Amino acid sequence: MISFLDGLGRLRRGPWELVATVLIALGVVMMMQPFLLAAYTWSFLVTLTGTVMFIVVSHFPEDPRG
Amino acid sequence: MTDKTTDRTPAAARLGREITTPLGRGIKGLSDRAVAWIFIAPTIFLLLAVNIFPLIWTIRLSLTNYRANRTNAEVDWVGLRNYERILTDPDIWNSMQATAHFLVWTLSLQVLIGFSLAYLINKKFKGNDLWTTIIVLPMMLSPAVVGNFWTFLYQPQIGLFNYVVGFLSGVDPSSFSMIGDVALAPWAIVIVDTWMWTPFVMLICLAGLRSIPDSIYEAAECDRASAWRQFWTITLPMALPFLMLAVLFRGIENFKMFDLVVQLTGGGPGSVTELTSINLKREAFEKWRTGYASAYGVILFVTVFGLASIYVKALNKVKER
Repeated sequence: MISFLDGLGRLRRGPWELVATVLIALGVVMMMQPFLLAAYTWSFLVTLTGTVMFIVVSHFPEDPRG
Repeated sequence: MTDKTTDRTPAAARLGREITTPLGRGIKGLSDRAVAWIFIAPTIFLLLAVNIFPLIWTIRLSLTNYRANRTNAEVDWVGLRNYERILTDPDIWNSMQATAHFLVWTLSLQVLIGFSLAYLINKKFKGNDLWTTIIVLPMMLSPAVVGNFWTFLYQPQIGLFNYVVGFLSGVDPSSFSMIGDVALAPWAIVIVDTWMWTPFVMLICLAGLRSIPDSIYEAAECDRASAWRQFWTITLPMALPFLMLAVLFRGIENFKMFDLVVQLTGGGPGSVTELTSINLKREAFEKWRTGYASAYGVILFVTVFGLASIYVKALNKVKER
């Protein structure tokens, strides 16, 4: 957990891609779930944030420690 | 007179000189980089004209109230209002759920049946090639034709599907209608898509299974690994990238599924099988709300793009292993 937060702080690709992936997946689930209209309303914003973040952070450097 | 006869250099020497000269300098003094740009320019131009420009234009239209059937009417800038309407519309929300149901079930069934068929076909037996040909026949048909003849198969009175279900379960064949029943119609489109596209998944999985060297299985045999263990530790991990590729292709295709479902149910009964692509077509070309439909298209594009991005990343990770 600490190494994950450390990676976020040092702008490393791995942890940031994970955050973007979670956002995209969350957005898609919110968009297609049948339970809450409010979740559907906010789904596009979440998916868009995740997608843009994914494009940006894929240009971040890899963590040299692996 | 400076004609060709004055050049006394041997032909082979002239040829050699031409060959060793960089290609670009031979074409009116252009550099290699310039020649490379000349070759890729048509592709870049086509990509810009066919992909990038329409995308930017769609985003621009999505912020207006433009209607394609009223080209002379004044176009107003409405900002994010189209997006706001779409994301609070219960009908479009229902459409998203219908698409999710269709996607999840078609992908699950196609992967399960496709991989099982590939595993069986990969075993050496008599008539192997003939069975492969028979199995791949459905995917060679046009979706419009498939949709049309499955409407006959689903007929409650004369349909073969109803007859077979009735024969196996004892239910009266005319007592249920796959296309007309609200509860059954979503399953009707899942069954037809699975029937049509399972062979595609099977072919990709078959390519994966045939790429596994026999020596690995021979080594496993020497180590006395059971067939079950060989499947879980050799077959499945090595065929996984191919399986994921099949899911990616079918997932993207099914997210924009249109022709088969329109032919089969037309989105009905009611709007229970109205997938997002059908709904989008209605907004764009029946109600002629072009700006609204553009915003709808942008939402679907971002969703598919996001999903495809994380999927390609996962695929690359599996390949690296």
